[in-house]
Amino acid sequence: MREREDQLKSLLLRGLAGEGAAYEAFLRELGAILRAFLRGRLARVPDEVEDLVQETLIAVHIQRHTYDAGQPVTAWAHAIARYKMIDFLRRRSIREAVQEPLEDDADFLASSDEEAREARRDLAVLLDRLPDRHRLPIVFVKLEGLSVAEAAKRTGMSESAVKVGVHRGLKALAALIRK
Amino acid sequence: MRTEELISMLATNAEPVARGAVRRRLAVVLVAGGAGAFALMLAWLGIRPDLAEAAREPMFWVKLALPAALLVTALVAAARLARPGVRTGHAAEALLVPVGAIWALAAASLASVPGEQRMALLLGDTWASCPFNIAALSVPAFLAAFWAMRGLAPTRPAAAGAFSGLLAGAVGATAYCLHCPEMAPPFLGTWYLLGMAIPAAAGAIAGPRLLRW
Repeated sequence: MREREDQLKSLLLRGLAGEGAAYEAFLRELGAILRAFLRGRLARVPDEVEDLVQETLIAVHIQRHTYDAGQPVTAWAHAIARYKMIDFLRRRSIREAVQEPLEDDADFLASSDEEAREARRDLAVLLDRLPDRHRLPIVFVKLEGLSVAEAAKRTGMSESAVKVGVHRGLKALAALIRK
Repeated sequence: MRTEELISMLATNAEPVARGAVRRRLAVVLVAGGAGAFALMLAWLGIRPDLAEAAREPMFWVKLALPAALLVTALVAAARLARPGVRTGHAAEALLVPVGAIWALAAASLASVPGEQRMALLLGDTWASCPFNIAALSVPAFLAAFWAMRGLAPTRPAAAGAFSGLLAGAVGATAYCLHCPEMAPPFLGTWYLLGMAIPAAAGAIAGPRLLRW
């Protein structure tokens, strides 16, 4: 368990410092952990698990600036996963499952599941519904991998508008999944 | 979009993240909220004319210490509540220290005067306006604190809202100390606390609505 925490933490810290490959590895590991966690708790709505995995990953990404290096990654990610799950259950008014006892951070790390199912809502379709000022920065910078400067040139937006567009666009995307 | 694709999308061009987001945002709350409260107090209420003399009395500093202690407690609690997975510790219990201290002083002060003077110690001259003035002075810090929290990730929105409101109330009360002529502990232990409780309660109500993410 200790090892797993240390490994996740080192990947996340390298990711926060700007190392894309480490960050991607972190998200992949975390995605598998989230899937196992949510599958275990949302047995009544198995079709929605992958959507919630995706929503939670976006939340982790948007909120990554709230991680403090002095804190176990497990506690941080577990709290985000619980928050997103409870929010989901409230939205669906599935009440009884919310009363679940608090479990350990260690249990959260204990299992992972790499077999992703199909998500019900397609993020690519949701992305098309965003206004251009959000959609274009995401398409150019996050999907096509252009630099912010290149994306700014292509869209005629300023570089800071591109950065803000990516950030707000991801938030808007997460809000669309919640609907 | 498959989860795998989402992950590589999120990781593509992910910018380095600056450390200390919570600290930076709360610093803005103190600076902007404090400056706002002070400016509002100056323009609307004015500094008490006898401030220099009052500052020579120990009670003036005891009075200032009440909101200052609550401010520090609320700041620590808000910083913890802003991050997922950080325990709040004994933030709520810690509030009892300054509150208990002012109530002990209030009890001693009430016990030291004859019965018919007690009402005067409790009500002073300004009891009817004090809580509302404090609540009004806390508005700039309240707005700043909710701005700060909305950019962070509180997983307990009601508690995060309440402590943000209390933080704002304590900022407002600190500024109000420079105007307010009252010095009696029973007054402070009642109306100052009520004044700070107003934004705290407003924050607890607004939190679940405004701090979702």
